[in-house]
Amino acid sequence: MSDIAERVKKIVIEHLGVDAEKVTENASFIDDLGADSLDTVELVMAFEEEFGCEIPDDAAETILTVGDATRFLEKNAAQA
Amino acid sequence: MFDLTGRYALVTGATGGIGGAIARALHAQGATVALSGTRREALEALAAELGERAHVLPANLKDEAAVDALPGEAEAALGGLDILVHNAGVTRDNLFLRMKDEEWAEVIAVNLAAGFRLYRAALKGMMKRRYGRLIGITSVVGVTGNPGQGNYAASKAGLIGMSKSLAAEVASRNVTVNCIAPGFIESPMTDALNEKQRSGALERIPAGRFGVGPDVAAAAVYLASGEAAYVTGQTLHVNGGMAMI
Repeated sequence: MSDIAERVKKIVIEHLGVDAEKVTENASFIDDLGADSLDTVELVMAFEEEFGCEIPDDAAETILTVGDATRFLEKNAAQA
Repeated sequence: MFDLTGRYALVTGATGGIGGAIARALHAQGATVALSGTRREALEALAAELGERAHVLPANLKDEAAVDALPGEAEAALGGLDILVHNAGVTRDNLFLRMKDEEWAEVIAVNLAAGFRLYRAALKGMMKRRYGRLIGITSVVGVTGNPGQGNYAASKAGLIGMSKSLAAEVASRNVTVNCIAPGFIESPMTDALNEKQRSGALERIPAGRFGVGPDVAAAAVYLASGEAAYVTGQTLHVNGGMAMI
């Protein structure tokens, strides 16, 4: 697992308070990890802070799973 | 109770009668305050009166970019932002049939749209820190209506509806969103009333007097406090009994 994937996973675990084994690449924040819509906004804020990048609203809407977040950040993170 | 030591507050319209009283009261409870308004000199005079824990952040709420930036500037100047009081408000009264587009637009822009922008910009930090108090100063006429104030009443009613919606969204993050609806309060806005309007208004106030800034400020202190954590989406009417809603 890449460094970015590890950091994404850690943020998701911390923020949503879920077990590590549930945070798989294909896990959907809302359907599998119990996030509500506000949680997803907060997750995006946490990613922005951790990786020092801006995630525009239209991109944020496409980040539905743990893998989506990792792939987006691998392309766009400033402090990878 | 109602200790605000270590809390950071931004008050818009802080040079006005009500805004100044709110800033003084939050400061007296221990908060560090950022005073915003259009008149720099008046803000600086108030800051000098308060002494320590007071910052001046002039801003024109008709300027959207300035409004968007204001909460961030307050956060930078204060070191945080826990309490935001959107108190700034303007009136451009006119009979509905004669109301100009500009009179409508200006009142909505300052009283309502600036509130939306300020809250949106302040929310991120508040949600992250799991503490926030958003307080909108609305008006009794936002609930009752008032002839000649179609624009003003719409803006104040809008603030109430906006606050309730946001309150529902962020309650789980320990961010509360409430309104205070003053009735007739001694201020530059009510100084503009003529004698007949004043006496007419007094007849409708069971308390037999106009309110004063500190009457409203006490409500703001309460809603800003940790003690009010379980109060959200509410409108606290401070009007001497003129409308019991």
